[in-house]
Amino acid sequence: MPGTTRGFFGRSRAARDPRLPPGQYDARDDWPVLHAEATPRLDTDRWTFTVEGLVEEPSTWTWAEMHALPPSRYSGDIHCVTTWSKLGMTFDGVSVDTLLAAARPLPSATHVVAFSHTGYTTNLPLADVTDGKAWVAWDADGKALTAEHGGPARLLVPHLYFWKSAKWVAGLRLLDHDEPGFWERNGYHDRGDPWQEQRYQGD
Amino acid sequence: MASPVPDTALGTAADSVPGPAPGAPILWQTARVLAVHDETPRAKTFRLELPRRTRHMAGQYFVLRLVAPDGYTASRAYSLSSPPEGPDGSTVIDLTVELLDDGEVSSYLHEVVQPGDELEVRGPIGAFFAWNGHDPALLVAGGSGIVPLMAMLRLARRTGRSDLIRLLVSVRTPGDLYFADELPGPEATVAYTRAAPPGSARGVGRLALADVAPLVRGGETVFVCGSARFAEAATTLLLEAGVPVGAIRVERFGPSG
Repeated sequence: MPGTTRGFFGRSRAARDPRLPPGQYDARDDWPVLHAEATPRLDTDRWTFTVEGLVEEPSTWTWAEMHALPPSRYSGDIHCVTTWSKLGMTFDGVSVDTLLAAARPLPSATHVVAFSHTGYTTNLPLADVTDGKAWVAWDADGKALTAEHGGPARLLVPHLYFWKSAKWVAGLRLLDHDEPGFWERNGYHDRGDPWQEQRYQGD
Repeated sequence: MASPVPDTALGTAADSVPGPAPGAPILWQTARVLAVHDETPRAKTFRLELPRRTRHMAGQYFVLRLVAPDGYTASRAYSLSSPPEGPDGSTVIDLTVELLDDGEVSSYLHEVVQPGDELEVRGPIGAFFAWNGHDPALLVAGGSGIVPLMAMLRLARRTGRSDLIRLLVSVRTPGDLYFADELPGPEATVAYTRAAPPGSARGVGRLALADVAPLVRGGETVFVCGSARFAEAATTLLLEAGVPVGAIRVERFGPSG
């Protein structure tokens, strides 16, 4: 435990929501926007999502094909490394399990790199995007995701810090090793578990 | 491997930069407050002395952490307004902090902190939003977004390379302009959105294409910093002015307290 800061007692924590991981605060109605590139305007007529790399069946879906897959919903919280959280959100899309079932990962696949239409990348263990833990989402709280929040569709991996939930996601590449993505090369943690406060390398 | 990923700046983020090597821990340091300086009624610069000499790039930030007696912590990221001090780095850094309404950390820093206090910090972080000091750059700031861009302008002036930099800063009124005594200069243009100084040639209004287009030379990297709303407006103007999307790097200041 680090030394205490003179005269700092923190805001009252009597009513602190147990859904908030350590060091996070409730952004309530606010949904901050923090990406590092110009917001792209993507046309759903030309949008695609691809699963490639160490899979038996490299697969690409169009917007319409994606929407014909079985729908899946996430209801719960999201946590950004910059310390805001949003509680009780709802996202609609498809489960990454559905997409991987079609592409059939090879036994050697251990990690994925999620890549976006902007060139953004982020790395995840395969186990963090399977078994109901990850989605490709296009609606948030019942409305189409806006471009600034990653629309038309973003990856959603809500049990990890939100930079893992790549905006404007274009696909997943399965690998047999870990390969740091954009923020991870810039000092952020490779896994990013908010309950462990894995914000930066070495946490 | 074939993929639809375009070769943008994001896909080729700099790997060789100051700060910890990729994968190395970014360690906490206990810094001592040397001085506190008012920039505006709502912004202060905190000059900190670090126990370890640290090298940073202009545009990077530090994370600052407050620790309550019961172990509760609150941490926020703050940009450095001080430029790099040379190849060996420095033990002194400046963090400039805007006071946010209801901001748990910024209000503590503004109301409580005084010289001699100790604060936990770690960094530098954010090598993507950093100027290398030798390529042309256009800097576009909204309000408090000038902080990391000021480090870039100060670096350019210190190294005699002001010719590489053009800075456009948008603020509401003259009283909202940080670093006002340093901003007159051939590199800097100030656009006022609510009230301008008497005799101001531009008049008052939001940033427009006519403000941005004359500053675009072609081939430069553009650093945009401000609120999310400002960043959207500014990047839209830059794209209209012909800047390639891959040349634009954005730091959006979130309302994080």
